[in-house]
Amino acid sequence: MGDLQRTPLFDLHVALGAKMVPFAGYEMPVQYPLGVMKEHLQTRTKAGLFDVSHMGQVILRGASYDEIATAFETLVPMDVLGLGQGRQRYGLFTNADGGIDDDLMFANRGDHLFVVVNAACKEADIARMKAALEPAITVEVIEDRALIALQGPAAEQALGQLNSAVAEMAFMDVATVDLLGVECWVSRSGYTGEDGYEISVPASHAQALAQALLDMPDVEAIGLGARDSLRLEGGLCLYGNDIDATTSPVEAGLNWAIQKVRRTDGARSGGFPGSARILGDFQNGVARKRVGLVPDGRAPMRAGTEIFADADGGAAIGIVTSGGFGPSVGGPVAMGYVQTDFATIDTPLFGDVRGKRMPVTVAKMPLVTANFKR
Amino acid sequence: MKFTEEHEWLRTEGDVVVVGITAHASEQLGDVVFVELPETGTEVTKDEEICVIESVKAASDILAPIDGEITEVNDMLVEDPGKVNEDPMGDAWFFKIKPADASQMDDYMDEAAYNTFIG
Repeated sequence: MGDLQRTPLFDLHVALGAKMVPFAGYEMPVQYPLGVMKEHLQTRTKAGLFDVSHMGQVILRGASYDEIATAFETLVPMDVLGLGQGRQRYGLFTNADGGIDDDLMFANRGDHLFVVVNAACKEADIARMKAALEPAITVEVIEDRALIALQGPAAEQALGQLNSAVAEMAFMDVATVDLLGVECWVSRSGYTGEDGYEISVPASHAQALAQALLDMPDVEAIGLGARDSLRLEGGLCLYGNDIDATTSPVEAGLNWAIQKVRRTDGARSGGFPGSARILGDFQNGVARKRVGLVPDGRAPMRAGTEIFADADGGAAIGIVTSGGFGPSVGGPVAMGYVQTDFATIDTPLFGDVRGKRMPVTVAKMPLVTANFKR
Repeated sequence: MKFTEEHEWLRTEGDVVVVGITAHASEQLGDVVFVELPETGTEVTKDEEICVIESVKAASDILAPIDGEITEVNDMLVEDPGKVNEDPMGDAWFFKIKPADASQMDDYMDEAAYNTFIG
């Protein structure tokens, strides 16, 4: 696998017997000997450790948090200024057409804003931030830290053995926490639909931290395969599949991520790329919406499966953007876009699977109950 | 027992041939979550796609290894697709086929050749 980058945990993955695959320019573990199904269930019932070091970690610095936040609000339709110190929020880089160029997490860490972006988009995201924010704001790309996610109901108990302070954190809190003698930046969040943490740890100490957690009886290493089925059941978008440069946040059902203060009549309404379309979508509604889709039978409906209103005839009214088997649901699960008229929960529809129209039902997301510690 | 390059095994049992996928294939596929089998009595042609097998990762087809008639299918796999991972070379056979021309079997590998093939 020439030209692929490796994360600080590469040797550990190999030692654990992971199957390594190319992903977003990195050699990443898609699964370990446990297998996707058991890794998924492990995360839902105990705790799973994920290497997400391929994601981009960026620090934005400026004269004050308010100055940084005000500048960042020109790139995202989120309330950054109103985000409390020690709090994190989900965000979107929008484009001039009102589409989504990436999704991200950002946190108010007092004197700076900490931003985590998708691996596949990070070069473009960094270029975007530098072009728009420098020189008033410094864009500092963090290259010497790994990012480890610990997810699942046993995550608090496991990480708490290394520092009991993490138990006090609420969902979307961020804190600087000493773990095994090194400064880690911890958030109580993740992308599996479970409670858990994401831990930014110096690369030099990443393997020791991961190993210490894996040595605990309730923690297993989990690959990208299970990460995908976990986030799909959790109703969470995969950038590039479920949201992309053409989808507006309103079509994607991400209205909740755009706080009132940035919407029409808000104190800081608009002022982000694509605001005309996005605010228009709030006012006028959208023609298509992202929905959860649960096939009635056992056959998975994969990305690209066309959705129809009727068992015979008619043009497609939607398409699956992510689909597969949901181990916790115990059957196939999917999400996709359908025309708004068909987006109501419980609407019976049909998916074309190998030329046969198979029944599928519009379902509320998440498809499993989220277990966040609010 | 004979093996195809499509990672199927073929075991002659009286006048029918039992067909399944190899342990190597089931390992590569990962956890199998869905199996669709042909109808009993169907006449099939070599290399025709006659079964669908989906794992947590992807969908793939099983080809008819020889011409013939499907005499029996293993319905248990539809109810419990995970059996393909548990016992791919035994209980998790897919279908039985009555060969139209048994000499088509001669083209396939023996176990030693298959093991070399998968490296």
